[in-house]
Amino acid sequence: MDTFLVNLIAATLRVATPLLLAAIGETYIERAGVLNLGIEGMMFFGAFVGFFVADVTGSLWLGFWVAVLSGVLSGLLMALFSVTFGVNQHVSGLGITLLLGGLSLFAFRLKYGGRSVPPSIEPFPQLSPFKDVPVLGTLFEQYLFTYVAFLVIVPLAWWLLYRTSFGLNIRSVGENPEAADAAGVNVFLIRYITLAIGGGLIAAGGAFLSLAQLGAFTHGIVSGRGWVALALVIFGNWDPVKVMWGALIFGGTFALQLRLQAMGLNLPIPYETFLALPYVVTIVALVIAGRNATYPAALLKPYRRE
Amino acid sequence: MDIVQMRGITKRFGPVVANDHIDFNLRKGEIHALLGENGAGKTTLMRILYGLYRADEGEILVEGWPVRINSPKDAIALGIGMVTQHFALVPPLTVAENVVLGFTDGFVLEKATIEQRVAEAAKRFGLEVDPSAVVRHLSVGQRQRVEILKALYREARVLILDEPTAVLVPQEIDALFETLERLRAGGLSVIFITHKLEEVMRISDRVTVLRDGRVVGTVETARTNERELARMMVGRETFGVRREERAVGEQPLLQVERVCAEDDQGLPALKEVSLVVHAGEILGIAGVGGNGQKELAEVLSGVRRPTSGRILVDGQDLTGATPDEFTAAGVGRIPEDRHAGVVGELSVAENLALEYLEEFARGGMLDREAIRRHAEELIQRFQIKARATDRARTLSGGNLQKLILARVLSRDPKVVLASQPTRGLDVGATEYVRQQLLAQRARGAAVLLISEDLDEILALSDRIAVMYEGEIVGVLPAQDADPERLGLMMSGAVKERQGAYAEV
Ligand SMILES: Nc1ncnc2c1ncn2[C@@H]1O[C@H](COP(=O)(O)OP(=O)(O)OP(=O)(O)O)[C@@H](O)[C@H]1O
Ligand SMILES: [Mg+2]
Repeated sequence: MDTFLVNLIAATLRVATPLLLAAIGETYIERAGVLNLGIEGMMFFGAFVGFFVADVTGSLWLGFWVAVLSGVLSGLLMALFSVTFGVNQHVSGLGITLLLGGLSLFAFRLKYGGRSVPPSIEPFPQLSPFKDVPVLGTLFEQYLFTYVAFLVIVPLAWWLLYRTSFGLNIRSVGENPEAADAAGVNVFLIRYITLAIGGGLIAAGGAFLSLAQLGAFTHGIVSGRGWVALALVIFGNWDPVKVMWGALIFGGTFALQLRLQAMGLNLPIPYETFLALPYVVTIVALVIAGRNATYPAALLKPYRRE
Repeated sequence: MDIVQMRGITKRFGPVVANDHIDFNLRKGEIHALLGENGAGKTTLMRILYGLYRADEGEILVEGWPVRINSPKDAIALGIGMVTQHFALVPPLTVAENVVLGFTDGFVLEKATIEQRVAEAAKRFGLEVDPSAVVRHLSVGQRQRVEILKALYREARVLILDEPTAVLVPQEIDALFETLERLRAGGLSVIFITHKLEEVMRISDRVTVLRDGRVVGTVETARTNERELARMMVGRETFGVRREERAVGEQPLLQVERVCAEDDQGLPALKEVSLVVHAGEILGIAGVGGNGQKELAEVLSGVRRPTSGRILVDGQDLTGATPDEFTAAGVGRIPEDRHAGVVGELSVAENLALEYLEEFARGGMLDREAIRRHAEELIQRFQIKARATDRARTLSGGNLQKLILARVLSRDPKVVLASQPTRGLDVGATEYVRQQLLAQRARGAAVLLISEDLDEILALSDRIAVMYEGEIVGVLPAQDADPERLGLMMSGAVKERQGAYAEV
């Protein structure tokens, strides 16, 4: 096979991994009726916490798991505001994005000061099970997280949502919390659990960026990936498998534009045009898919009995 | 033996005392009717028993044991099930999923297993439902069976039904009553809320009457009658309105000419419907629900476009016009779903001004003082029991309907379009609404009354048109109509094209 294509596919999977993790997390949260606009901040915070802990302790894995924990806690914070206090979800979500973004940058400054070269660590290595096989070798040279995201998280997320009583509870709570409550489901508990799980996945997506893909932490490390993940959830109609296709489409265009830039084609258009390409594709995909989107009916509505 | 005892239950919503030291006992194996005006506190009391509200004071005993019910989960564990006034189902899920929701053993859900289990339960309780059907596609009667099955599947020994008959057609009510009698024979205890005294007499063993949040009394059904119950409920014995015979005006205010329309699925819902309503006349549209009444009301208010035909209001052609244009032409609409007719989060005053905001605007700004004055005047005139600042969603059914009547009728519309105007209302509020419609007739308005309640149609109409499968199958002058004849026409057995119809 063409090396260009093989490289492109391999890169697509890499680029799609953090988006996929975050989008699956967000899917669960929204399926239970909460729009989590804290997603961008939670990814950023996850990226920072992961990097910071790994740098200080020297353990990548400790960094990763503490990052996941930070995501769980941010999810619970979102739950406290939007579920328990019933604060408007737009306000609480954006508040959390601003809070976590600011907190990360502040802590980064305290620790690393105003360096011109960002601090870096030795990142997670890629696995290469088919090292010397020509095509497969490139395709399967991926991070463990990529394998887990595509082969474990997506099928598991789908199975949990559609084939278990836990998933039934989540779907009901997001569609009609009154009905779920009257049937004996604890609406608050389900929303807390999904925010905790979702927050953990979102932060894992962020930690993937700093601990695997980059091995560094920069201000622009997330650069809107949280918002893209938010769009992927709509594109995927709140179904984990369809969300995965969305992540692949976005990852593909992103990887493609990187290559187009690198090829240094002498085109009479500025390179920023290529940078914008994945976002344009996202918007177009959203416009097409969004028209048939069936939102969880209770999205954005805090639940109250009285 | 009392299976449920509620003692001294008190519940306040801000300044409103919805339940005021209520004592209520339910015997094992009885059907116990709970009766009271809109806002008397029936739903509140039952929501407390089901754990959806928490009482401020009082205690609950189940089979003699004091219990704490903090959530529906607790109530279910005690064998209490409830079918709420607005159904609590998840529309995109299947019947089986809705039934087992929150009551599953084991983590993994096998579609086939739960469907089989639900089918078995349905058979055991004699409730006919298809476990694999998606709830969104079910009729109201079928949804109610799912709700009842949901409660029984949880092994309920006490079943609370909050106004189960308000949304049902007569045949479905009969089926429901048969089911209830069978379940009672099997030992189930039922609390049954309704506004229809005739249903209370027919199905219940005992009746408890509430008024303003207090218990007026509990009586054996066999030792009482409708008049006594009415007196307990509102302090009066007789209800009903009298339609004075008077000459109907000559002027046709509403003309519908060979109108066809499709329903949401794109199937024909109205087939060449032709009607005329004159000034000072009430034309009743009788028919079993779902025979095109909803579409007719929508076409006549501009919400649905007819595929062919013409609509004239006082001579003005409004075919295909927008709802705004219908309102401007003098059509006042009392919608079937009164909750959809108001914005729940807005205040009573704002809702009253809603359709005429430009009249309350001063240079692009709303004149809040004028809106308030307008509201206070209408609250007085239409006897709405609410303050101008209350949110519309906290109003009881009767007061909500008065609010809509006030908004529509205070404009002296030429044509009044009333769909199911008294559904779910207590006897007092029902009488009030009917009087208002007759007052519109006396004023010279043309009233189109769409109702599934034959008594209502017979009491108010000058002429009666019967709808069946999207067609007008006959029009009778009021003096020729009786329930039997109308019932036959409603079932599609007789097509009557005589007398008045030729003129239409
Ligand atoms: N959630 C709530 N918030 C504020 N007030 C409420 C609430 N629920 C009920 N009320 C008020 O409590 C009173 C009793 O209401 P409830 O719904 O129990 O009456 P009801 O007897 O069921 O009436 P209906 O026949 O119209 O259903 C009413 O005045 C109502 O406005
Ligand atoms: Mg009620």
